[in-house]
Amino acid sequence: MVPLTWYLLVTAALFCIGLVGALSRRNAIAVLMGIELMLNAINLNLVAFWRYAYAARMDGQVFAVFVITVAAAEAAVGLAIIIAVYRQRRTINVEELDLLKG
Amino acid sequence: MQQVIFIVLSLLTLSAAVMVVASRSLFRSALWLILAFAGIAMLFILLQAEFLAFVHILIYIGAIAILIIFAIMLSRGVMDPNEPRFNDQWRLVIGFGALLFVGLVVIMLRIPWPVNIVAVPADAIQLLGADFVGTYVIPFEVASVLLVAALIGAIVIAREH
Amino acid sequence: MYYIQDLFVNIARSWTSWISGFLPLWAVSGVNYLIMAVILVMMPVLATLTLTWMERKVIGRIQNRIGPNRVGPFGIFQAFADAVKMLVKEDVIPTDADRPVFNLAPILIAAGAALLWAVIPFGRGMAAADLNVGVLYIIAIGSMTMIAMLMAGWSSNNKYALIGAFRAVAQLLSYEVPMVLSIATVALVVGSMRMGAVVEAQVVPFVVVLPATFVVYLMAGIAETGRSPFDLLEAESEIVAGYFVEYSGLKFGWFYIAEYGNLFAISAIVTTLFLGGWRGPGVSAVPALGPFYFIAKIVAVVFLMMWIRGTWPRVRIDQMLGLAWKVLVPVSLANLLWVAFVMKLPLPTALQWVLFVVGGLAVLAVALGLLGRAGRRHVASKGMVQT
Repeated sequence: MVPLTWYLLVTAALFCIGLVGALSRRNAIAVLMGIELMLNAINLNLVAFWRYAYAARMDGQVFAVFVITVAAAEAAVGLAIIIAVYRQRRTINVEELDLLKG
Repeated sequence: MQQVIFIVLSLLTLSAAVMVVASRSLFRSALWLILAFAGIAMLFILLQAEFLAFVHILIYIGAIAILIIFAIMLSRGVMDPNEPRFNDQWRLVIGFGALLFVGLVVIMLRIPWPVNIVAVPADAIQLLGADFVGTYVIPFEVASVLLVAALIGAIVIAREH
Repeated sequence: MYYIQDLFVNIARSWTSWISGFLPLWAVSGVNYLIMAVILVMMPVLATLTLTWMERKVIGRIQNRIGPNRVGPFGIFQAFADAVKMLVKEDVIPTDADRPVFNLAPILIAAGAALLWAVIPFGRGMAAADLNVGVLYIIAIGSMTMIAMLMAGWSSNNKYALIGAFRAVAQLLSYEVPMVLSIATVALVVGSMRMGAVVEAQVVPFVVVLPATFVVYLMAGIAETGRSPFDLLEAESEIVAGYFVEYSGLKFGWFYIAEYGNLFAISAIVTTLFLGGWRGPGVSAVPALGPFYFIAKIVAVVFLMMWIRGTWPRVRIDQMLGLAWKVLVPVSLANLLWVAFVMKLPLPTALQWVLFVVGGLAVLAVALGLLGRAGRRHVASKGMVQT
C-alpha cells in the first residue's frame, strides 16, 4: 500500500494551492473555488487518516460527510451573496467591494 | 501497481488545482475544478471509501460545481476580460504558500503517525448509517437545520425585488 | 448440458482460464476489463440502432401511419441510413466557440450514457462491476450528464443554447430529487444498495409492492432522459434543439446516441429495481435465461415510454418544475416515511410488504384526489369549459 505520508503530501499541496487561489484572485467566485479546494484537501486528509489509523470504525467517514455538508451549505450561501452583490454594485471584483474600509 | 495509480491520480488532481488558480477564463477554471473534484473522488475509491466517493461526486460535481457555473453565468458581462486576474500581492501569496507547504511537509515527515492498517468492515455502509443515528445524532440534526437555514438564506438573499 | 445452463458465466470462466495460461495476472484482469468496457460502450450504440427504428414504427402506428418501410424489410435498416447521413454532414464549429469544451461535451454526455451500464446485472453474477453502492453510482453519473449539458450550452457561444442548457439542468436537477427518494425507498426495503441484491430480493416484483415508488420513479426517469412529455429541451417548436443547437454531423450524432442510450439505460434501471431484473420462470435452474428475460422486460418498459410519448402533450417549463417539486417530492417523501415506519414494526416480512402496498396506494389516491381538486379549482377560476 501507499505510505500515509504520500497522501499527506498531496493534501498539503492541495491545501496550499487552494490558499494561494483564495488569497490572490480578484474575482469573488475564484476565491470561492480556492476555498472549495482547501475543503477538499481537508476531506482527503480525514479519509486518509481514517483508512490508515482507524479503519475498523466509521467515524472518519462521518466527519468527512459533515465537512461535505457544511461546504455545500457555505457554497450555496456564498454564491447567493455574490449574485446579490453583483445586482447591487455591478461588480464582483473583491478589491472594489470596500465600503466598510476606513 | 497501486502506487502507480496513486501517483497518476494525485498528479491529475494537483495539476487540475493549479489550472483552477491560473486559468484565464473563469468558466475554464470551473471545469478544471470539476476535474479536481473527480480526482479527489477517485483517490477516495483508492482509499476504499466508495460510498464517500460517490457522495462526493454527487454533491460536489452534481450540485456545487453547477451552482458555481450558474453564478459565473449570472455575473459576467461586466467583468473586463483584459483585467488582470491576480491582485497586487500575488508574489507574496505564492511565497507564503510555498513556505506553508514546506513547513507542513517538514512537520509531517517528523511525526511518527500511529498507522494501524486493518481491513475495512464488510458492512461499512450499515455501520455508517448506525453512526449517523447513534453516536453522531446531534451533529446530524444540527446539520439538517443548517441546510434548511442555508436554503432559506440563499433564496432570501438572491431574490429579485 | 450443464455448461449451457449457465452459459454466459461459463464462457467468461473458460475464456479467463484460457488466457491465464499465457498472460500474467494483471494482464488477465486488464484484458477482461477492456472487453467489458467495449461491451458497455456498445450498449448505447446498439440502443440507438434498434430503438430509433422501434420508436418510429411505434409512434407511426399510434399516429395511424406506417412509419419507415423502404430501407430494408419493414424499414429495419433505417437507422443505418440515418447514421450514414449523419456521418457525411459538414462539421460546423461556430466562431468564438470555446473549442476544447465544444469538442469535449458530446463525448462526456455519451460517456455518461455508457457508464450507467456498469452496475446493471444482466443475470445472476453477470454485472460488469456489482458495486456495493450501485444505486448511488447511478445517481452520480446523472450529475456528469448535467455538466456536459452546461459545457455544450456555454461553448456554443449562442444565447439560445445557453438558455436551453439552463432549462435542461434545471429540469434534470429538479427531477433528481424524487428519483433519489424513490431509490432510497427501494434500498430501504432491500437493505442494501447493491443492484444484484435488489434483484435477488424481489420475490414479488417491486412494482406490486411499492406502486407509488414505481410511478414516481417512472416519471422522474422519463424527465431525466428528456423525453416527451418533458421534451421541451429539444422540441423544435420550443427552443430549437436547446443546448445542442450548434452541433452538426458526428457530434450531434453523439448527442443522439446519448439520448437513446439514456432511454435504454433508464429502462434497464426501472426493470432492475421494479420489475425483477433477470428473474423469471426457470431462471434458478437455468441462469442463462436471465439476460433474455431482462431484455424482454426492458423492451416492454421502452414500449411503455414510447406509448407515453405518442399519447400525451408536452408540458411547459413552469408546469414541469411545479410537478417535480410540488407533487413528486411530497409523494415520494410520504411513501418513504410510511415504508420506514412499517419496516420498524416487528411484523413478518410478508405482512410488511402488504402494508407497503396499502400505504403506497393510499398515498397515490390522496395525491390524485388533491390534484383533481386543484385541477377543478383551476378550471373554475379561469372560466374554462370543462370537457
